[in-house]
Amino acid sequence: MGYQTTLAKINAIFSDLSKDYVIYAPKRFVGDGTFTNIDTIRYGEITDLSEIEFAEKSNYSFKEVLLPISETLFYFTENEMKEADAPKKGAIVFLRSCDLHGLKRMDTIYLENGAVDTYYKRLRDKTKFILMGCENSFENCFCVSMGTQKSDDYDAYIKVDGNAVLVDSHWDLLDAALAGATEASVMPDSVTANNTVVTVPETVPQTLFDAPFWEDYGNRCIACGRCNFVCPTCTCFTMQDIFYTDNGKAGERRRVWASCHVDGYTDMAGGHAFRNDKGQRMRFKVMHKVNDYKRRFGTHMCIGCGRCDDVCPEYISFANCINKLNTLVNDSVKEEN
Amino acid sequence: MLDLNTKKIKKNAYRITKVRGETASRIRVPGGLLTAELLPLIQNIAETYGNGRIHLTTRQGFEIPGIKFTDMEAVNALLQPIIDKLDINQEIPGKGYTSAGTRNISACIGSNTCPFATYNTTNFAKKMEQEIFPNDLHFKVAFTGCANDCIKTRMQDFGIIGMTEPQYQKERCIGCQACVKACQKKSVDALSVENYRIVRNTEKCVGCGECVINCPTRAWTRSPETYYRLVLMGRTGKRNPRLAEDFLVWATEDAIIKIVKNTYDFVNHYIDREAPGGKEHIGYIIDRTGFEEYKKWAMEGVELDLRTIVKNPIYWGGIHYD
Repeated sequence: MGYQTTLAKINAIFSDLSKDYVIYAPKRFVGDGTFTNIDTIRYGEITDLSEIEFAEKSNYSFKEVLLPISETLFYFTENEMKEADAPKKGAIVFLRSCDLHGLKRMDTIYLENGAVDTYYKRLRDKTKFILMGCENSFENCFCVSMGTQKSDDYDAYIKVDGNAVLVDSHWDLLDAALAGATEASVMPDSVTANNTVVTVPETVPQTLFDAPFWEDYGNRCIACGRCNFVCPTCTCFTMQDIFYTDNGKAGERRRVWASCHVDGYTDMAGGHAFRNDKGQRMRFKVMHKVNDYKRRFGTHMCIGCGRCDDVCPEYISFANCINKLNTLVNDSVKEEN
Repeated sequence: MLDLNTKKIKKNAYRITKVRGETASRIRVPGGLLTAELLPLIQNIAETYGNGRIHLTTRQGFEIPGIKFTDMEAVNALLQPIIDKLDINQEIPGKGYTSAGTRNISACIGSNTCPFATYNTTNFAKKMEQEIFPNDLHFKVAFTGCANDCIKTRMQDFGIIGMTEPQYQKERCIGCQACVKACQKKSVDALSVENYRIVRNTEKCVGCGECVINCPTRAWTRSPETYYRLVLMGRTGKRNPRLAEDFLVWATEDAIIKIVKNTYDFVNHYIDREAPGGKEHIGYIIDRTGFEEYKKWAMEGVELDLRTIVKNPIYWGGIHYD
């Protein structure tokens, strides 16, 4: 159901909802960027819609709400263990269409890829998603190429325009709270084109895995992992078992984000690491995002938010890599013919 | 027939050169940053009254050689828009620079451009210029954005080195150790790992911000406050060239400005009026009075932040040729 209401009214509704939900949205963290006087836009708790950064793309995605950067899974002592409590409140997450498609990728990995991940599920089940529209494409966005520029799969769409707020609700709780508000036909803002256009090759032949093409990335990538950490579809984690320093008989296991670009990702017992070359790490990531994942799950993993291109300190463009790969694939097909 | 007062000429930021009848004009550029529109004005002076050449000084100003002493007034008129635009304090408008002893305040490129800088060096340099110029006592002050010290503050009477106090949010840390590696290889090895999380040795940390720059998850961020290391009395010269030594660590802007201003009072009180040209460098004055006496004057009315470490006493080294 669509409504037109006021900022004051919607803030009052969210203030009410905050008794049962923590509200997360992209927020500006002044001066918290990599360099002096540079801000970071990342997810944080809000109490008022005016705190939401609508005008710019967030540097980090919403994924840290469902997959905390560092999450304690359980506590242990000699013969016993106890699972960490889930947050008492649910969550409401403001996000854009591309990220909402990213959510589907996370669901696929954590809920539909073999055993259900209970730590993910218990957060996911209590989370509501509110779509933020995109009136314009941002730099490096290529959602249209990936088909993620629109989504109907939201609990609500909210557009703030000065003091006026448009809402399209799929959520009974919100419908009830908005009872009496002016009804309106509300269509989420979405873009129809991006400056960056990416053509994904249908399949990439295995022969290209060792192509000299990847060597360039081996020389450029510094293995910092930023592209993975900002990506809403990178879901890898690693485990840390901690023994408390005051009492080594008790401790906790937590999981933290991992990155296929960062050293240590392929380390095995005994010390062997099977993907030391950074070009091969790039190959592994790229092929996972636009090739392997699709073979298993039917859609590309990459949702075209372009955050990896926004963040790379070495100016490596993932989007351009796919386009170059596409040319390479076409050329190799021609050669075979 | 030239009949000149060389002392006045030098105070007016003109040089007595080796060429009889010719001088050179020095243009101050506090913080070393100017807008490109000023370059044609400098070009015009060099081509109209100089020999068409411009020297880039070590202190980031311009020096226009080959000017006739007789043209100084005309040059002063042409300097006026440059002086105005760069916001230089001036006692008598239209008469050029009214002092030359306190040298141009230099600064590295700072946080306007450089990824390593912890603060806007140009802005602080300009602020310092406003506080201490015009003054004819021989002071050299320079600002640098980080401990790399590209401007070489340790060769100055006062060197100001930017510091940030790294803030660690452990729940955002994934233990990738990018910060640990950067600190070990590019800085002072102040970070270690305990239970997959980072421990910062606050005694070793120089506040360079490498951990912040290299953190991929924003677990490390900068403190809202900028801090500074104030280093004192570095110098070149014939008798005892030496590097500046630390005086304050984790100091604030206000404290630094106050200390520099207090030093003018100290120098006015203790300078050897019989020294050649009435000039004596601060460092040599402190060598005579002892550091304790200098510190008494310098710290007068200075309010220190709780974090500030005061190094006391200071011993300078360097090479002694005397």
